[in-house]
Amino acid sequence: MTAGPTEIWLIIVLLGIGTFALRFSFLGLLGDRPLPGWAQKLLRYTPVAVFPGLVAPLVVWPAATGGTFDPPRVLAAAATIGVAVVTRNLLAAILAGAGTLYFGLWLL
Amino acid sequence: MAVSTTKSAYGQGIAQGLPFVLVIVPFGLLFGVVGTEAGLNLAEVMGFSVLVIAGAAQFTAVQLMTDNAPIVLILAASLTVNLRMAMYSASLVPHLGRATLWQRALVAYMNVDQLFAASSARYEQTPDEPLRDKLAFFFGVATPILPLWYGSTFGGATLGATVPPAFALDFALPITFLAMVGPLLRTLPHVAAAIVSASLALAFAWMPAGVGLLIAAAAACVTGAAVETWMEARG
Repeated sequence: MTAGPTEIWLIIVLLGIGTFALRFSFLGLLGDRPLPGWAQKLLRYTPVAVFPGLVAPLVVWPAATGGTFDPPRVLAAAATIGVAVVTRNLLAAILAGAGTLYFGLWLL
Repeated sequence: MAVSTTKSAYGQGIAQGLPFVLVIVPFGLLFGVVGTEAGLNLAEVMGFSVLVIAGAAQFTAVQLMTDNAPIVLILAASLTVNLRMAMYSASLVPHLGRATLWQRALVAYMNVDQLFAASSARYEQTPDEPLRDKLAFFFGVATPILPLWYGSTFGGATLGATVPPAFALDFALPITFLAMVGPLLRTLPHVAAAIVSASLALAFAWMPAGVGLLIAAAAACVTGAAVETWMEARG
C-alpha cells in the first residue's frame, strides 16, 4: 500500500460520510417515497455484482504467490463457494475454505 | 405500563441480537487482522470500524488500497457495496419515520445488515407497536452487536501483526467474500450477475486498479436486472 496517513484518513472519513448518507437517505431526508422499480431491480444485485469481481483476480492470480496460479487457493475458493451455496451458512463456508486451504498447502 | 412494554421490547431486542455475535465477532476479528496485514495502524483500522461500520465495504476499501487504486475508485467501489443500505433506509420509513431527527440519525449510523434484518422482521410481524417500542427494540438489537464489532476489530488489529505468513492470511479476504456471495446465489439473475462480474473483472484486470471492477459491477447489475425482467416477461 502506497497511501500515506492523510490519504488513508481521507478514505475512512469520506467512506464514513458516504455510508451514513446512504443509511440516512430515506429515513432522514427523502421520507416515504418509494424507489422507482428499475432502481430497486438494479440495487438488488449490487452485492452479487461487486464481490465476485473483487475476488476473482485474487483467486486466479494471488499476490502471495507473486501472481502465479496456485491450486490450493483455487480449491479453497471452490470449497468455500460450494459450502456457502449448499448450507447458506457464512461460518461453515469460511471454515470449509480455510480447512481446504491449509490442507492443500500442506499436501501440495 | 408503557414503560414496562418498552423495557421488554428493549430486552427482546437484546435477545434477538445475541445470535448475531457468532457472525459479528469473527468478521470483526478478520477485518482487524486483514487491515493490519495491509499496513493500516491500530487507529486507522478502528477508524474504519467506528466511522464506517460496514464490514463488506471496509474489506473492499482495504483490498483496493492494497492495489493502490485511486481514492475516487476506492470510494466508488466501496459505496456501491453499500447501495443496498438506501433500500434498508427506505423500508424503515413507515416504522421509524416519525422519530426525532437525532433518533433517526442514530438509527442510520447503526443500521448494519444484521440490525436491519432483525428489526424489519419484527416490524412486519407487529406493525402497530408504538414508535418508542420499535425504537427500544432496535437499540436492543444494537446493544450486543455494536460494542462487539468495535471490540473484535480491536482484538484482530492487535493480533494481526503477530500472525506468521504460513497462515496464508492473504486468502482470508477472498474466502470471506465468497462465503458471503454463496447464500446470495438464490436465483438465475443472481447467478448470471455473479458470473458476469467475475468474468469481466478477470478480462479487465489489465486496466488501472479498480476500473475493471467498476465496469464489471455495473455490467453485472444490468445483467441481473435484465435477466429478472426477461424471466418476468416469460412468466
